[in-house]
Amino acid sequence: MEFFQHDTPGWYALAILLLPLAGFCFNAFTYRTEFTRKRGHLVPLLTIGTALFCALSIFKHAVIDYEPGHDATAHAAATHGGGGHEGGAAGELAGEHATAAGHAAGSLADPRWHWSSKDHGGSYRLIDTGALRIDAGITIDHLTATMLVVVTLVAFLVHLYSTAYMHGDKRYSRFFAFLQLFSFSMLGLLLTDNLLLLFCFWELVGLCSYFLIGFWFENDDPPKASMKAFMTNRFGDVGFLVGILLVYRMFGTTDLSTLYSKLQAVAEGSASIPPLFGWEAGTLLTIAGLCLFMGPMAKSAQFPMHVWLPDAMAGPTPVSALIHAATMVAAGVYMVGRIYFFFTPSCLAAIAGIGTVTALVAATIGLVHNNIKKVLAYSTCSQLGYMMLSLGVGGYSAGLFHLYTHAFFKACLFLGAGSVIHSVHTEDMREMGGLKEKMPVTYRTMLIATLALAGVPFFSGAFSKEMIVEHALTWGFGTNVAKMLPAIIAIGGGGLTFFYMMRLINLTFFGQARDAHKFDHAHESPPAMTIPLIVLAFLSLFSVGWPIPLFGGKKLPELLSPPPALASIALGHEEHHGHAGFALAFAVLVISCLVLWAGYVLYQKTYKQRAPGPEVWVARFGSLYTTVSRLYYVDEFYKATVVRLGYATSRVLAIVDQKVLDAAVNGVGALGQLVGHAFALFDRVVVDGLVNVWWHLSHALSKKLRRIQTGNLQDYLAFAVGGMALVTLLFLFLA
Amino acid sequence: MISTFDSSHLLSWITLSPLLGVLAILFTPREKHDVIKTLAAAFTGIPLALSVWMYVKFDQSLAGYQLFDDFAWVEAFNIRYTVGVDGLSSPLVLLTSILMFFAVFSSWNTEKGVKGYFMLLLLLEVGVNGVFVSLDFFLFYVYWELMLLPMYFLIGIWGGPRREYAAIKFFLYTLAGSVLMLVAMIAMYLHSGPTAAERTFSLITLAERGQNGLFANGPMLFGMEFRHWLFLFLFIGFAIKVPVFPFHTWLPDAHVEAPTAISVILAGILLKLGGYGLMRMNMSIFPGVMWDGSGPTAWATGIALLGMINCVYGAFVAMAQTDMKKLVAYSSVAHMGFVLLGLAAMNPNGIAGANLQLFNHGTSSAMLFLLVGVIYDRAHHREIAKFGGLAAHMPMYASLAFLGIFTSLGLPGLAGFWGEALSLIGAYEHFPKIVLVSTIGLIVTAAFFLMMIRKVFFGPKKEIYAGFPDLTLREWACLTPFGLLCIVLGVAPFLLSDWMKPSIAALASLFGAKS
Amino acid sequence: MEHLSGYVFIGAAMFVLGVFTMVTRRNAIYVLMGAELILNAAALNFVAFARHLGNRLDGQMFAIFIVILAAAEAAVALGIVLQIHHHFPSIDVSKPDRLGD
Repeated sequence: MEFFQHDTPGWYALAILLLPLAGFCFNAFTYRTEFTRKRGHLVPLLTIGTALFCALSIFKHAVIDYEPGHDATAHAAATHGGGGHEGGAAGELAGEHATAAGHAAGSLADPRWHWSSKDHGGSYRLIDTGALRIDAGITIDHLTATMLVVVTLVAFLVHLYSTAYMHGDKRYSRFFAFLQLFSFSMLGLLLTDNLLLLFCFWELVGLCSYFLIGFWFENDDPPKASMKAFMTNRFGDVGFLVGILLVYRMFGTTDLSTLYSKLQAVAEGSASIPPLFGWEAGTLLTIAGLCLFMGPMAKSAQFPMHVWLPDAMAGPTPVSALIHAATMVAAGVYMVGRIYFFFTPSCLAAIAGIGTVTALVAATIGLVHNNIKKVLAYSTCSQLGYMMLSLGVGGYSAGLFHLYTHAFFKACLFLGAGSVIHSVHTEDMREMGGLKEKMPVTYRTMLIATLALAGVPFFSGAFSKEMIVEHALTWGFGTNVAKMLPAIIAIGGGGLTFFYMMRLINLTFFGQARDAHKFDHAHESPPAMTIPLIVLAFLSLFSVGWPIPLFGGKKLPELLSPPPALASIALGHEEHHGHAGFALAFAVLVISCLVLWAGYVLYQKTYKQRAPGPEVWVARFGSLYTTVSRLYYVDEFYKATVVRLGYATSRVLAIVDQKVLDAAVNGVGALGQLVGHAFALFDRVVVDGLVNVWWHLSHALSKKLRRIQTGNLQDYLAFAVGGMALVTLLFLFLA
Repeated sequence: MISTFDSSHLLSWITLSPLLGVLAILFTPREKHDVIKTLAAAFTGIPLALSVWMYVKFDQSLAGYQLFDDFAWVEAFNIRYTVGVDGLSSPLVLLTSILMFFAVFSSWNTEKGVKGYFMLLLLLEVGVNGVFVSLDFFLFYVYWELMLLPMYFLIGIWGGPRREYAAIKFFLYTLAGSVLMLVAMIAMYLHSGPTAAERTFSLITLAERGQNGLFANGPMLFGMEFRHWLFLFLFIGFAIKVPVFPFHTWLPDAHVEAPTAISVILAGILLKLGGYGLMRMNMSIFPGVMWDGSGPTAWATGIALLGMINCVYGAFVAMAQTDMKKLVAYSSVAHMGFVLLGLAAMNPNGIAGANLQLFNHGTSSAMLFLLVGVIYDRAHHREIAKFGGLAAHMPMYASLAFLGIFTSLGLPGLAGFWGEALSLIGAYEHFPKIVLVSTIGLIVTAAFFLMMIRKVFFGPKKEIYAGFPDLTLREWACLTPFGLLCIVLGVAPFLLSDWMKPSIAALASLFGAKS
Repeated sequence: MEHLSGYVFIGAAMFVLGVFTMVTRRNAIYVLMGAELILNAAALNFVAFARHLGNRLDGQMFAIFIVILAAAEAAVALGIVLQIHHHFPSIDVSKPDRLGD
């Protein structure tokens, strides 16, 4: 089959997808065996390792061996040659080119490289109702190829880490089973080419997250947190689903490439979107985009749907690292990137706004929290806000690039935090302190990741963050204050980030041990835990964005060019390729450094010199501090509105059901019985009465007459003879 | 019209072979429980095997009815014994056969009145399968009533504490619907032709004539068109079975009081009869009532609205329940709302969604009731609040329960998703606002199921449940096939949708959909 | 021929005596004897009327038939009497009154 021809990504992609599933099945079905119970990590490690290898192969094929120059020729070959799939590398690329509608050069066809299994006959007809038809296929572009590496790599490291972290847990093998199921779902989410299937995997990762957050379900918090996570996401998912419904209604397809070509036709003016429900095309596209964005908003913990993410830290720390920092929560960003062509300018502005608010709000909460994992969770929230902000302001490559860099350093931070927790058995930073000497590897790796997160120059985060700020500035510069806000907050947020991360490092590793008992038992973690830390720290230091000739001189961010903004063009907006000049880039760098320095000074002032001390600051901004430390009362707001409304409605309706509807039914029954009784009375008194009178009469008579039946033969004979005599006499007289 | 006759009388065998089982059990001494149970298993196994064979024999490329069997029955009134299946009914026949077979196994522990119980169970199967295969309204009606009686006794004798109330409620409710259906049937018969020779009960002919506008020229009655009355009467008859919102109150009582296997059949099959009847009668014979040539009529909108109410109302009421079985029962009300939504959409997506939902709800709700039965056998109560930490005590049970629950709440990748999603996609074409409100049902459904998981399976271990054994082999064997169906139909929904596709296209073409 | 009335009178007397015996006597044997009287009264009438109506044979045939019948009847009746005696240790005919209710 052509799909499986040598050297195409098809094999690899399929292996990446199915191996973790196989691992899950193996662990799930053999969980009773001695092998799986004790060595439940072996098969999962093997599958995810192989998947990592496959992902690297695809990455090499798609990114490292990629020759931008071939693109044009490949495009032409595919358009005119039709079946030019055979041959060498160039021929392969020809087949790997993409878009369904192969328009002439200069059109709005997606110019970016991409490989689709459908061009090679590789598709799975999932359902066909006669109207909706879903052919599941695999599609890979630079975005996917890179994400595949990120996900499999972090997943592999987390698997490795978990062998030590989860050692001795009674549900050890099940933990790995869920990790495998998660990996499968996440990779499926990356590889699928259909919006509805994306939604399916989207919910599946949510399910895995649910089970993994609630993994220690005997305790109080995990079940609550897992339910909260699932429910919050359900809200977003329903919005997502409504968005899909609208998209399907407008375009009659959920296939992403078909959707692209249909929208492309609209943008080129050869088709139009008919008004629907009284809305014009522009409104429709915006509404659909906003509905679709509901999904990422919940999944990527954007304000105000971020509430589940901090609670989700009730799950085991490796899970927090993999799912709630590096991969699943980033899936929202990935999804926005995937359907980027679909978003209208107003939709993108809304995304930018939400991202901005999230970045700020989460960062401020991070300043005051004392739970090490929760600080990191809010930090994740904030960084996801950055990514959304970036995508919203048109910084497509910047946002996605930040996604990659963030995945590594945040995973590192979480795993480091896990290492600390594993060692001191507490998550409260007030009970830590002075662990620098005891846990040198953890300390050093976490410090590197912290610097990367803060965006200190020459660490990976700096590159992506600078790019984001550049884009935000380009977007808002010279317009109005509101449009400048993303840029301002993106810059200012850097200082906040630096502050709360330094606070975290300070409370954990520096100073005096605040809990002597816990400190005495602290120790460096085993190699299975430190090796992933080192690898991730290395990647934070030395991430894929380095402009060194590692990948043949190609810079990843440049490969991640945005698709034509079809929706904007369709609505008549100019596609503007604002690119920051060198001066701007330099200015941003300088400003950012200044902000970082400010953050550092602030941090020094509050914690190091203890001049006014944090307590003073708390006292000075009392109500503000309370608001922030109570997480802006968002939880309380939901409890008072949505949750309460839901419960109240449910109770009221249940009462209505029982007291009104059921009572009505019973009332009808009672009425029927009443009528029945009335009829019965009539029956008894009148109808039966007549019958009874007759009966009584005959009864009384027969009672008298029965006396002559003596049973004595002689009596009978006497009666007979007497009777005969009587008859004879009668005859005689009457005759 | 009649395209493929079936010389082997396959459908008649599927329908009537349990009757042989009834006879065989009749002549078995009442104290020989094992023999009776084995007989019951055998005589539900035969229809199952035959149904599988039917699946193989069924030509999935045809839209019309297949595997016909046709004899004259009461010639004076043109009543015929006509059976046949199309893509809408044959999956439900298979579902019935599957569920009945496992219902026998799940009632293996029955000790009370074993003989009567299994005889009634087999009789019930005759009635249900009979309704699905009948192509003559009279025959349909006979089977429809035939199924009522065994159900009444099964609930009324083998049920829980309030079994008599529940049984009578169920019986009267359904009977009320049946009476309306009877009136409609007779009216349709009398209206179907000018002379006795031309009148007919044949559903095929009635549908043909109905689609050609036969009933549109009827007299006005009380200010409403004749066909609207017929439509309404039939609709109420089926709505009670579905059950549609104001007629649903028999369901929680019947489900809660019925023994496990009977709840399984109630939820798994009996509710499907309503949805099936709506398609076979209301939509096929009176397409003009729901579709006025360019768009949905007020009747279709009304049905969609009722579907929405079912979705939202059922889910909210389920959330307030404290009894596990009642919760599952109300969740069925919510799920059936999607069937109504899909049918009201009248397009291929909606109808496919409704049919997938019918089948998949059959498996998932059956599974949930079996699961509740398992825990009830051990704890002898079903109070959600009293449980806790069962996931630790009974891991296998918990795994299968999660599978059933997540199928039921429509998690993608499992069977329940496709029915809901397609119904919504279909209904969105005509009723965007109604769909929008219905999605609240999705959220609330997730909420109450998760709450149940949290309270029953999660949380700290409780000592009283520590000694509970995990699933026995028999329970495992009953549950696993349903679990597999949930997964297989989730990842390969085309197994069902391809089967139904031509029939769905034919039905949808009555409402302006291009096939 | 002239004396027909005498025969009829004797026959009637025998009949009435027989009926009276059957109705009044408690002893089964007497009851039987009453029956014999009735039969013989009938036989006497047959013979008398046969002679009176022209010496016809049919009446005499009936008389002989009645004699034979009486013998058989007596045999059966005595058997019944024995059974009654077996069941009720008496032959009082008023004892077996189970025909009554």
